[in-house]
Amino acid sequence: MEITLSPLSPSISKTFYSSLHELKDGERIRKCLQCGTCSGVCPFGYYMKYPPGKIIGTLRAGVFDLVTKTDSIWMCVSCSACSAFCPTQIPITQALMTRVKEEMILAGSVPAELQTAFKNSQQYGNPLGESPRKRADWATGIQPEVNILGKTKQPVDVLWFVGDYASYHPRMIPVTKSFAKILNVLGIKFGILGPEESSDGDSQRLAGERGIFEMLAKKNGQAFKKYQFREIITTDPHAYNALKNEYPALGISYPVRHFTEFLFERLDQIKPLLKKEVKTKIAYHDPCYLGRVNGIYDAPREILKSIPGVELVEMAHQFSNSLCCGGGGGGMWLDGFQWERAHVRLSEWRVKEALECGADLLAVACPYEPPRFEDATKTVPNANQLKVREIAELLAESMDL
Amino acid sequence: MKIAVPIKFVPDLVEELNIDSSGAALDTSWLRLIINEFDDHAIEQAILLKERGGAEVTIICAEGDGVDDILFNAAAKGADQLVKLMGSDAAMMNSHATARVLADFFKEIQPDLILTGVQAHNDLDGSVGALLAEYLGMPYVGYVAGVTAASGSVIARKEYPGGIIGEMEVKLPAVLGIQAAEQPPRYVAYSKINQVSKTVKIEERAISDLDSSGGATVGRMFKPEPAQRAEIIEGSPEEVADRMVGIFKELGVM
Repeated sequence: MEITLSPLSPSISKTFYSSLHELKDGERIRKCLQCGTCSGVCPFGYYMKYPPGKIIGTLRAGVFDLVTKTDSIWMCVSCSACSAFCPTQIPITQALMTRVKEEMILAGSVPAELQTAFKNSQQYGNPLGESPRKRADWATGIQPEVNILGKTKQPVDVLWFVGDYASYHPRMIPVTKSFAKILNVLGIKFGILGPEESSDGDSQRLAGERGIFEMLAKKNGQAFKKYQFREIITTDPHAYNALKNEYPALGISYPVRHFTEFLFERLDQIKPLLKKEVKTKIAYHDPCYLGRVNGIYDAPREILKSIPGVELVEMAHQFSNSLCCGGGGGGMWLDGFQWERAHVRLSEWRVKEALECGADLLAVACPYEPPRFEDATKTVPNANQLKVREIAELLAESMDL
Repeated sequence: MKIAVPIKFVPDLVEELNIDSSGAALDTSWLRLIINEFDDHAIEQAILLKERGGAEVTIICAEGDGVDDILFNAAAKGADQLVKLMGSDAAMMNSHATARVLADFFKEIQPDLILTGVQAHNDLDGSVGALLAEYLGMPYVGYVAGVTAASGSVIARKEYPGGIIGEMEVKLPAVLGIQAAEQPPRYVAYSKINQVSKTVKIEERAISDLDSSGGATVGRMFKPEPAQRAEIIEGSPEEVADRMVGIFKELGVM
């Protein structure tokens, strides 16, 4: 990739501005009305000295240097709210914000917290810095045994792309186990890549490290090629987004579905298995890269409604207007950085919304969320009664697995 | 100024370490190796010196898995020459052998300043920096956390216990053992490293006679063993807590 930004270069604005136009739908940036909708809908827009609209303004004025001298861009959680509400449909998150982050990284300006996640991704194939050999350790004890394709070499119907946090995070491992048990109960012939799976790279890409994203994608592409399967399913909306929208451009193209779509299709088979009543008022949080970016709103809600005893309520921000958990676009690895500046976490804001709509359980469908929201219930006043559960966990509970 | 930075790889503690069947060495079959953290700081310090006053930086490493990546990473940060020592037998490469091989090389390229990591977590044989200085007849200062170039010398900043910092002028050529660079090792975009790996060459240098004499010999390597008086309490957190309360009562402290 050509490096177009150097701190004192007078031509950066021009070069960088024209490089944006070459991206998919990047030409639309010319149509910006400077209406400020993006800045208003951005969950951190009030903090940023240069929210998206103003960045476009600096590019037009040839003073983009001003943006690179602030920390505005590292408050962007790539939630895509700006893109969703832009009246001229400018791909703000996809093109503008991601490219600005890329330029900052090429110029060597990266918050320390983020560097650790990048280094880990480079070295271990996951941002958590865990041993790649232990990627399938979560599966220990599941019966029938989880099929690790590198070991069994058996063709399967479904390749389950597990993802980083689902594989390693202590809060997520029980969720991951729950989903494995559900697949077993449904009689699905599935397999995982285990140690051969690398991070999907989507969050690293959205945080501006395209080089690492491409390296990880290639590794995954090589692993996919070795095995026989009909489709990929994943429990991670970011993996889903990468596989569906980003990998094909790199020549890695497979049919992929999020696990909620996969289970929704089997709802008739699932319903009789949901024996135990889960008497609770549930608010469902739309993950940005499942809902707003990929349009999946109904499948998770229908699954939740099928659990006996569940009453579904909606929070103030819902569907395409959902509020980010704060973990996207590198936010997962900028927690301290963003807290120091904004003194608020988006996850805390969201937990307050769940309480306000009378929910006693916040249901989620992304592996970033259970740890983020559960932490928030510990800091938001009167939130300690609010439970946070992933959809697979709730299903397994009702199935008594 | 010509700066040379010899670096080495050490076992990555992300993987569990096992002892091999000889009982005197690590089992290398599952070992993952990473750059010694102090050496990473030595690279950063060298690059900082280059940026501040100009320098030609050479990075030297014995061959091994992942070494090329680390060398390219250093080049992307600003290192000028990359040298890989070929034919190094890992079992023979103690600090004494490494220092002798490096001393031969440095006599040839004559660097003004040699920066090494002050120590490594797998060291059983002392610091390479001090040995190297001895073989080359140069001064050595270890535990350095900051270097400023002066004319014909450098000012090395050394940290002492109790928050005391000493600054000393060291005549060049000299060897410094780096404990920390003035800033954490910088991050380089992966695409930059990729770009560099396509244009920068790694010079391969064969090494022949390895002389590891003078080094320590490992008699036995073993994992920490519980002492006789230690009791490992097993069970659920509740059971462990109950047992501990019982022990405290027996001892009369509760």
